[in-house]
Amino acid sequence: MAYDYEKYIRPGKLPHIWCPGCGHGIVMKGLIRAMGTLNLKKEETALVSGIGCASRLPGYIDCCTLHTAHGRAVPFATGIKMARPEMNVILVGGDGDGTAIGGNHFIHACRRNIDMTYIIMNNYIYGMTGGQFSPCTPTGDKASTTPYGNPDPGFDLAKLAIGAGATFVARGTAFHANQIDKLIVEAIQHKGFSVVEILDDCPTTYGRRNKYKSVIEMMNRLKEIAVPVKAAEKMTAEQLKGKVLTGVLYKEEIKPEYTAEYAKVIERAKAAK
Amino acid sequence: MSKKVAFIQGNEAGAYGALYAGCTFFGGYPITPSTEVAEVMSVELPKIGGKFIQMEDEIGAMAAVLGASLAGAKALTATSGPGLSLKQELIGYGCIAEIPCVIFNVMRGGPSTGMPTGPSQSDVMCAKWGTHGDHPAICLVPASVQETFEEVIRAFNLSEKYRTPVMIMPDEIIAHMRERVVFPEPGEIEVVPRKSPTVPAEQYKPYDISFGDVPPLASFGSGYKFHVTGLNKMQDGFPTTKADIVQAEEERQVRKVNANVDDIVTFEEYLLDDAEVAVVAYGSTSRSARYAVNIAREQGIKAGMFRIKTFWPFPDKQIKALAGKVKGIVIPEMNLGMCSLELERCAQGQVPVLGIFRVDGEPINPDQILEKIKEVK
Repeated sequence: MAYDYEKYIRPGKLPHIWCPGCGHGIVMKGLIRAMGTLNLKKEETALVSGIGCASRLPGYIDCCTLHTAHGRAVPFATGIKMARPEMNVILVGGDGDGTAIGGNHFIHACRRNIDMTYIIMNNYIYGMTGGQFSPCTPTGDKASTTPYGNPDPGFDLAKLAIGAGATFVARGTAFHANQIDKLIVEAIQHKGFSVVEILDDCPTTYGRRNKYKSVIEMMNRLKEIAVPVKAAEKMTAEQLKGKVLTGVLYKEEIKPEYTAEYAKVIERAKAAK
Repeated sequence: MSKKVAFIQGNEAGAYGALYAGCTFFGGYPITPSTEVAEVMSVELPKIGGKFIQMEDEIGAMAAVLGASLAGAKALTATSGPGLSLKQELIGYGCIAEIPCVIFNVMRGGPSTGMPTGPSQSDVMCAKWGTHGDHPAICLVPASVQETFEEVIRAFNLSEKYRTPVMIMPDEIIAHMRERVVFPEPGEIEVVPRKSPTVPAEQYKPYDISFGDVPPLASFGSGYKFHVTGLNKMQDGFPTTKADIVQAEEERQVRKVNANVDDIVTFEEYLLDDAEVAVVAYGSTSRSARYAVNIAREQGIKAGMFRIKTFWPFPDKQIKALAGKVKGIVIPEMNLGMCSLELERCAQGQVPVLGIFRVDGEPINPDQILEKIKEVK
């Protein structure tokens, strides 16, 4: 039987704005399946985004949804989580939104280890504005603002999150659709700041500038570069060249969660009164 | 029973006023000369189960405040000039998404880093025109420590009543001056609660104009689910580019303040009944102005003062009427002429508007004002 996605889709809000071949819809389906698996209550779940194609996702999901300003999903969500720690807080957005204009907020949410899940759809480009290079665009690639090839080195988003102190970091791809919900489920269940990077594709503004002849070719690339963490353990450095690790890349459960720590601050303040 | 009295700074009074108003969330970033607000909130909020968070930057602080407010908390941030500039985009977000909150901005010298410990009154235009797009603006300018306490409560009340961000802007002199404050008992000053929806959750629309220009606001996590965006939106909160809806919604957002100026605008009239010269002043400058008016009276000059307590919306009709009664208006302000532009606009050429503008970090003294009063013929 086909999965019932309708449960978490807002009536009347589809079709979505994404181009044919864009992977964001695959990620949205993964998120819906994850919400279903965890049976998240719509009224107790906040889905927060910034600006960009990926950030339009919350409009289609039936829960408390907040489409904030460019790069600001994380601090808006931080305010919600602090005010109502009992809520499930999930964030979605793109690579430009999350790591450029929102980069400072991103690393500090990792540092605080506040219990939220941030799903970043990394399609290596600013899609909505027409294909300008992002901090995740590979060096040498073409974007509308790198006509001679991108001179910038890119971020490894997952390493950035781990380095900044996030306690759960996972990576999947839009090709490996059946893995997405599993990663998101584990991320939401994790008590702390969890990051799920989904390598995605933008055929419209990235693919056509970088000699991908079709969406299938872009999807095949995701298939080819992805190596599950377990499999990578048995591979040589030579074999791993040009590959990207997928699965749960990092998880630790020792670092205290931020809202729980603040609850202790409240206890101490009340005791000192 | 005698009331609790304290000898405190304007910044501290601002924090205590916020707590009196029911503030349960503070999001901030350290900036001189406003830090005492954050410091007091960090001490007091957890005692009542409230939340204090020091964010990674000014923008993050503004975002956290809006997020917390949307989750039902009365929320405050405190900042100063450079921080106010950084917060502007999200102040606009608060205006279009109609999220109540209070921004306590201490006016220091500017632009840019300017004079962090020096007073100024040069953010008053930023309060109205700082964020892009048409939007409502409410800005209060207290002139004493007691008034800072009381006006922060009013700022929260107005933000909830009109569902919009409200700014309160003491200049640095008021913020760091110590004065006696008499704390009102709980219930003595009205505290306006948020207008919550009465309709069942499935019927709720966050911008339902059948409830008037200020629709009730539900909280995330309170059983209601809805969508909020910074895009131009429809009554159900979802984005639209339909011309008629965008036009009507933009007009409503501005109208909810502009149609209620008599409820919002406050001022003090001092010795104006027979005055031939009116000094218009606000914030700490009004204290020098009052002194100058008293000296002028002693010298037989019929001077009076119109003290602006609500800078935005501007007291247009009061200034127009005042200009019709006096021979001249004197405006001392710690900037190069901001309020004076508004006075000229409202006076409509009826009388000259004489400015005393200082941006050197020194207060305007009564002698300067007295001298200018004497220039009015």
